[in-house]
Amino acid sequence: MADNVTPRVRVPREAAAGETITIKTLISHPMESGQRKDGDGNVIPRSIINRFTCEFNSEMVIDVTFEPAISTNPFLEFEAVVPESGTFVFTWYDDDSSVYTDSKDIAVN
Amino acid sequence: MKKTLLSASAVCLAMAVPFGSVMADENADLIINGELEITVRAPAPAHMEGTGISEIMSGWVFRATETQAFEMDDFENPGMIFTEAAIDAWNTVEGEAGESCASCHGTPEDMAGVSAVYPRWNEGAGEVRTMTTQINDCRTEQMGAEAWDYDKNDMLNMQALLASVSRGMPVDVAIDGPAAETWEMGRELYYTRTGQLDLSCANCHEQNYGNLIRADHLSQGMINGFPTYRLKNARLNGVHSRFRGCVRDTRAETYSVGSPEFVALELYVASRGNGLSVEGPSVRN
Amino acid sequence: MSFTRRETLLMAMGTAFAAVVPFKAFADVDGDIATFTGGAEVGTGGITLIAPEIAENGNTVPIEVDAPGAVSIMVLATGNPTPAVGTFNFGPLAGAQRASTRIRLAGTQDVIAIAKMPDGSFVQATQEVKVTIGGCGG
Repeated sequence: MADNVTPRVRVPREAAAGETITIKTLISHPMESGQRKDGDGNVIPRSIINRFTCEFNSEMVIDVTFEPAISTNPFLEFEAVVPESGTFVFTWYDDDSSVYTDSKDIAVN
Repeated sequence: MKKTLLSASAVCLAMAVPFGSVMADENADLIINGELEITVRAPAPAHMEGTGISEIMSGWVFRATETQAFEMDDFENPGMIFTEAAIDAWNTVEGEAGESCASCHGTPEDMAGVSAVYPRWNEGAGEVRTMTTQINDCRTEQMGAEAWDYDKNDMLNMQALLASVSRGMPVDVAIDGPAAETWEMGRELYYTRTGQLDLSCANCHEQNYGNLIRADHLSQGMINGFPTYRLKNARLNGVHSRFRGCVRDTRAETYSVGSPEFVALELYVASRGNGLSVEGPSVRN
Repeated sequence: MSFTRRETLLMAMGTAFAAVVPFKAFADVDGDIATFTGGAEVGTGGITLIAPEIAENGNTVPIEVDAPGAVSIMVLATGNPTPAVGTFNFGPLAGAQRASTRIRLAGTQDVIAIAKMPDGSFVQATQEVKVTIGGCGG
């Protein structure tokens, strides 16, 4: 169970219709790989964010599968087309079934 | 004895060179978010005369290009995400007095300049205080709250926040007056060899900065970037924890986090960086 | 030719210090690729993988993959205990079929990116990343 999991996203506040923008996302999460052992030699079980999705007005932008090789505090940068004003919704799925979300509005001028 | 040590270290360094080095662009300048200029090179302060160092350099200068890039943008810098947790803590009422940090200190931005002058002599307490001991004094004496553990997450997050609002301001710790005795102790510790490997801070960070230790590019050991987000453990790290690591790497029994020896050493090492900008939270190897 | 004990020790140290000995793949990289491609041929060209030649620390290595027009891109770290790193699936509103992230590499190894194109073909790019061992508790 991960605590203090904080998502952060950077999205421009506005764009021209049809413009491509760069989105950066970061979430604080230990991404316990399942490869480490504790002081007694027992394997620390895997516990990672295993999937990330970004949708804009309910249409898919990117859907990413994360494996244990993704670094702690997973960072992801990608590009999205902005056809109209609306809302980006970002979702991170944890191995322990927790789901973290963030959203950002963008205005098309 | 000295000859053997030199030849042993020469062997180590010579071995490291063939497979290439993780060289940074050593002339690069650090500008954060395209606007915040960080001084990463400065003339050495007067008290360093005789050390052979004429220009002091932040650890940033010695890191690989990709690592340097992490720090140039507050979003890319994973250390900055922890300042947000600290902002929440800053505004949270805690303790018997029913106050938060904000009650007395305003916004975190109002604390600009504080981190730059710590460690600092505290007249009322009759000792040199570090940011950590001062924050805990505020918590226990003013807020009636529990102290935070030295170099653990709550404290490191807060230190990162307070450093971040001072970024770009020159480090300026006082080494004279009542702080002088502590500073002298710190200086002596800096030059004292310890451990099975019989190394002092100066052996690496004064005599061999810029050289390679295995594949690590040795820095001058400046702490203007602390707390630092280390790629190695993917979290914020405090100064005393780093001291412990370094001393342990010489295979010596080391002082504890928060000990008077490390407070003195922190004051001395901070003063070697007088003139560099406060850079924390930085990103390092 | 006989070596002195010192020379033998130095040679051994030299091999140990030169931490560029590639790790053997622990798991079935080919199996992961076959699952992704369904056994189809994998060509080259049209996909870019950007990763440092020498990673300062294997715990956090920045990489970028870019394959214009791709449906998805899979990244494998051939020398990790488990090669799978991640798969980027691009939707209709992806502005480019490009993504950047940070990964863990257990040692010097080849990183592979394979893109699935809309016509069912596959292309890949490979880069060796040297992972170094630092001297100061690194």
